[in-house]
Amino acid sequence: MITLGIEGTAHSIGIGIVKGRNDSCSVLSNMIRTYRPEKGGIHPREAANHHVTYIAELIKEALQQAHIPAQDVDLISFSQGPGLGPCLRTAATAARALSLKLHKPIIGVNHCVAHLEIGRGVLPECTDPVLLYTSGANTQVIAFAEGKYRVFGETLDIGIGNCLDKFGRSLQMPFPSGPRIEQLAKKSTNYLELPYSVKGMDIAFSGLLTAAIHYHKNNKPLGDICYSLQETAFAALTEITERAMAHTEKQQVLLGGGVAANQRLRDMVSIMANERGARFFVPEKSLCVDNGAMIAWLGYIMYQSGVRMEIDDTIINQRFRTDQVEVIWRD
Amino acid sequence: MTEENSIYQGAEAKIIKTMCLGYPVVEKRRLKKSYRIQEIDTRLIASRTKEEAKLMAAARKQGVCVPIIFDVDIQQGIITMEYIEGNRIKDIYNTLSKQKRLKLCRDIGESIGRLHMGDIIHGDITTSNMIVYEGRIHFIDFGLGEINHEVEAKGVDLHVLMEAMESTHSRFANEFKYVLEGYKRTYIKNPKEVEGKIQEIVQRGRYR
Repeated sequence: MITLGIEGTAHSIGIGIVKGRNDSCSVLSNMIRTYRPEKGGIHPREAANHHVTYIAELIKEALQQAHIPAQDVDLISFSQGPGLGPCLRTAATAARALSLKLHKPIIGVNHCVAHLEIGRGVLPECTDPVLLYTSGANTQVIAFAEGKYRVFGETLDIGIGNCLDKFGRSLQMPFPSGPRIEQLAKKSTNYLELPYSVKGMDIAFSGLLTAAIHYHKNNKPLGDICYSLQETAFAALTEITERAMAHTEKQQVLLGGGVAANQRLRDMVSIMANERGARFFVPEKSLCVDNGAMIAWLGYIMYQSGVRMEIDDTIINQRFRTDQVEVIWRD
Repeated sequence: MTEENSIYQGAEAKIIKTMCLGYPVVEKRRLKKSYRIQEIDTRLIASRTKEEAKLMAAARKQGVCVPIIFDVDIQQGIITMEYIEGNRIKDIYNTLSKQKRLKLCRDIGESIGRLHMGDIIHGDITTSNMIVYEGRIHFIDFGLGEINHEVEAKGVDLHVLMEAMESTHSRFANEFKYVLEGYKRTYIKNPKEVEGKIQEIVQRGRYR
């Protein structure tokens, strides 16, 4: 069965085509275009306009790369939430149009759950992980318990990606700032003390961000600040992930989201997993960032488990919580 | 120290049973984590060990039973404390008669009320963290605790217990109301506000 997935929750518009057979996922194509604001952060309407501009040609490119005529697509899936309203509406509108034009069923899926399911889909040994999902807006520790993907820990203020971007923006770094901060951090091993805020399995970054900006204003070396920022924030992320693993007694950990591209974060979580005797998993980068393939894959497994939607059911939900999804495809 | 003496290992610390000055004690040893740099590791272990010991001392001042502290080694991150005989409430609750359960609930509530009168937030009130010995409830593991006067913190503290009772003692989940009954006897500052806050937290639909 072939599913076309449309991702459009924030700054990226993604079209992915996957072929599902039972529990295994093969990605036929996965095209992503990212809106980059000239200055400042993501403007929701500008991002949506960007998506409108490129979505049609991106669908064509994705079909071409997958060597699939549009008629051979069996299911259309899209990101129903959570995310920025204008972006979600753009993706949903495109999905509805495709579904009606091609006379194929449509399914709206939860973006956060898709980040977890794609890991399980493409990494066969990753069966029951705790997911550390780190992106711009979202920072959550998610695991399956009693019929749902439960959020065991999450940020109490801003996402880790947002924290890095805001720090970068205060220094006029281009968006996204994560990769640049990672490079600068490699140049230092001089730690400047920063607030470390873990509350149980929850986490907060705003104090850390303010303190880092303050160091910059006081002319501390940029490398030192970037190094300290990463070390502090990622140690806290690793700690709440470990707590969730101990609490749920799970033996696998999975990374997802754009910040999972950071090598230092990968290393820390991997060391933690090793020390616990647990397995560490991370999908390839194009499947960590916001992408259409994960949306397609979750649409497929939901459809296989019997979920059906009419056009009326496809209204977007900006505040779609991870634990609102009834996970009927798992025991 | 032999491995057999390790009676529990969590994400953050290891609990070891041993002897000190001729008394049976447990050592709570915070574990070094090699994923984080030395500077952060040392700082976290030291500050958390110190904070936990301070909270235990503060709880005792409020008249709440906690293990007697024998020694605190801030650098090594070790708290040596009295070994409490008796049973974890988690292990006995479901076997008690209704009358005994309700008394226990009111007693739990009274103790939490005393903690909150001193603005002591335990941070992880579950039935595994309460031990009944000679009819008195002893609170252990203040590792996630803090001093906080806010209604929010007190509401969250009680909400954690409510959820723990729902998951571990689901047959008797409605008995949480007797905890609140006891709580109101000792927490005389603003019990209505805290009770309202618990409802608000439930409405927020957070899962932990």
